[in-house]
Amino acid sequence: MSEAREFKYIGQSTIRPDGYDKVTGRAAYGADLTLPGMIWGRILRSPHAHANILSIDTTKAEAHPDVLAVATYADFVELQSKSVAASEGAADVLDLARNCLADDKALYHGHAIAAIAARTERAAKDALSLIEVKYELLPPVMDVEDAMKDDAPVLHADMFTAGYEERPSKASNIAVRTEMKMGDIDAGFAEADVIIEREFRTPTAHQGYIEPHACTVRYDEDGQSMIWCSTQGHFDVRTSTAKVLGMDLGKLKVIASEIGGGFGGKTVVYLEPVALVLSKKSGRPVKMVMERDEVFIATGPTSAAKLRAKIGAKKDGTITACQGWMAYEAGAFKGSPMMPGVMTMFTPYECANVTVEGFDVVVNKSKSAAYRAPGAPQAEYAAEMVVNELAEALGMDPIDLRLKNAAKAGTQTIYGPKLKTVGLVECLEAAKNSPHYQSAIAEGNGRGIAAGFWFNIGGQSSVTVNMNPDGTGTIVEGSPDIGGSRASMQMMAAEVLGIAPSNLNPIIADTETLPYSASTGGSRTTFATGMAVIEASESVVAQVKQRAAAVWNVTAEQVDYADGVASNTAGDDKLTLAEVCKSAEQTGGQISGMANINARGAGPSFAVHICDVFVDQDTGKVDVIRYTAIQDAGKAIHPAYVEGQLQGGAVQGIGWALNEEYIFDENGVMENQGFLDYRIPLASDLPMIETIVVEVPNAFHPYGVRGVGETGIIPPLATVGWAVGKAIDRKVEELPCSPPRVLALIQNG
Amino acid sequence: MATVIFSSELQKLTGEEQTSVKARIYKDIIAELITRYSSLEEENLMKMAIAIDGEIVHNPLLEVIDETSELHFLYRISGG
Repeated sequence: MSEAREFKYIGQSTIRPDGYDKVTGRAAYGADLTLPGMIWGRILRSPHAHANILSIDTTKAEAHPDVLAVATYADFVELQSKSVAASEGAADVLDLARNCLADDKALYHGHAIAAIAARTERAAKDALSLIEVKYELLPPVMDVEDAMKDDAPVLHADMFTAGYEERPSKASNIAVRTEMKMGDIDAGFAEADVIIEREFRTPTAHQGYIEPHACTVRYDEDGQSMIWCSTQGHFDVRTSTAKVLGMDLGKLKVIASEIGGGFGGKTVVYLEPVALVLSKKSGRPVKMVMERDEVFIATGPTSAAKLRAKIGAKKDGTITACQGWMAYEAGAFKGSPMMPGVMTMFTPYECANVTVEGFDVVVNKSKSAAYRAPGAPQAEYAAEMVVNELAEALGMDPIDLRLKNAAKAGTQTIYGPKLKTVGLVECLEAAKNSPHYQSAIAEGNGRGIAAGFWFNIGGQSSVTVNMNPDGTGTIVEGSPDIGGSRASMQMMAAEVLGIAPSNLNPIIADTETLPYSASTGGSRTTFATGMAVIEASESVVAQVKQRAAAVWNVTAEQVDYADGVASNTAGDDKLTLAEVCKSAEQTGGQISGMANINARGAGPSFAVHICDVFVDQDTGKVDVIRYTAIQDAGKAIHPAYVEGQLQGGAVQGIGWALNEEYIFDENGVMENQGFLDYRIPLASDLPMIETIVVEVPNAFHPYGVRGVGETGIIPPLATVGWAVGKAIDRKVEELPCSPPRVLALIQNG
Repeated sequence: MATVIFSSELQKLTGEEQTSVKARIYKDIIAELITRYSSLEEENLMKMAIAIDGEIVHNPLLEVIDETSELHFLYRISGG
């Protein structure tokens, strides 16, 4: 349990340990490993959004002199439908396999149909055209509303909606229906003086990581295999790949490369099982690297959604009822982040009467994957927009309305437990007192405010801290570093050991070096792996005390340890950590601490954002003039990294709100498959994102840490959406606020 | 006895909002619930997270449960 305390190293923005490698180009990413004898793999992808696959003839491709292997779904083991950890929630291993290579149906434009491995990358790409596929075209279903209609073409004949008391008799594109409720919603609305009800839509949006998916693999004759890949979770890559190929976990070693962005999109396998099949069949190492268009059409964007939000309040601003409805596009296979959307939608507010209904719906788009607080941005966008409209209707300041109803310790959540100590009130107060909020809104500009909530998670982390004879050490952990976590691990270990962080080298171990560690995601790493680092470091301190006690002929309880020095409380003796490590051979062997934990007590992180925009009324272009992100970090281990997470989340949310969407033609083919036309914000598009880090410690972490990586993407959708609406005096009900859409609102409003 | 509070989804399977269970260890609570409610399956409960007095954890089979504890099963969040 954490208490307020002074830290020696925690709270400083130290030089990142991976900095030099990254700025000099030394850092090795997913596409950077080359092995002797390596060949290249490429994927043949469906040109159709929905089609039965009648036949796949690989004869001509296999006869090509440069082609060394061809793979289809038949090369995977026979699988049954079963859950496996992957991305948000549990995925179905059968769906995972059918997404890596299509079985009997092409379910989206870009769906992998077959794969080739050839001597050169060019040869592999050229040989794809030798694979002959016969398709029977089917009408594509590209929209969640169309997919939910009774007469919609059905993607999976064996999908019957789960969540109704009686199992439906007719197959459907609705995989799951769920409902959460508390209190009496009708009574709640009956006592409201003001009721606001709106419908909203959000688009399919991609995580936009700069580094495409890439892997190099080798399958050896005895079945012992290696995968090098860009991933947020190499242990889960091992699990998924082993399941799809019917391998023992012990036969598969996975090494996580440096990663050029993931944001949730790299918690799923796409290439690895296919590459391993090609390696097994060819007897050669295989490298596969996606091109940019493949990343857009064939990985996992987040769900487009249709949402309805209804909120009621008394004249004094007390919220009496909240009702939500949402339908999320899962893509070609079930498993959208609808459930987190249901759970988070109204969680920032204390309200006794809440009902939220959600639907997980398949459509002919690539299977959705996690994207930073998956499911929450869409749902909380709808909720925050109606909260803002409620404030307007009541004549209340939007922050004051939120303060009046803010969730706090003891607030009952719709998903079950009561909240522990949280920092929403502190974030709202910081927002209200911020220079941005205190500034006047420039003539013609619009200002938006929104809050955001995300649970954060704990889970399994494994760490060893190995001390060297000179008193330096290595922190061996299993969490790929997607946002600077190595620096934080270094600092937490330094705090316990009482030595400078620069004396500790944090490394990411492969799956053979450490026990299982859960993926880096869910804002878990600084919290959970940090707890394991602290525990492992405390084990080192305990061993140091024992060694010193043995040398001094006292008990370990008579030895104090502080600032890297062991002291004999029964005498004047002192030994530094380095001195104890130097004599480790003589006192019993090298000193190493270990912790394998299932971390619990992750503390939620709340955020509040403020945005001012200007809208060009002739073109519909929106300029963000000023943006402030306020978020509760619990305790900022490395403040600069925390600010970076707040800024990064804000920028991604702004892009989602302003410009990012998948555009499909009438055949379900994506038209904007590159960064030129899929417009993510550039540094030149936005002002500096101002940040205010609030610290309301999480009592369950030794240093008070709350994860911060995800919450920051949630508020921007409503913050920007509301600001644009104020600037043009219209109601914004559909994102993104791209120039054509904004212009249409201005002209047709 | 520990109090197990069912989500609205689980209420469809149990027919109750909450129940009391006399069991010292979490795995015994699971066993008791499956015995008591035939519609509950162990596999489904094990896939969920559990909040024990507000503290969310995954599969704490050997967790000692206090007599005054309040338990909530909830969807397991993975995040991104």
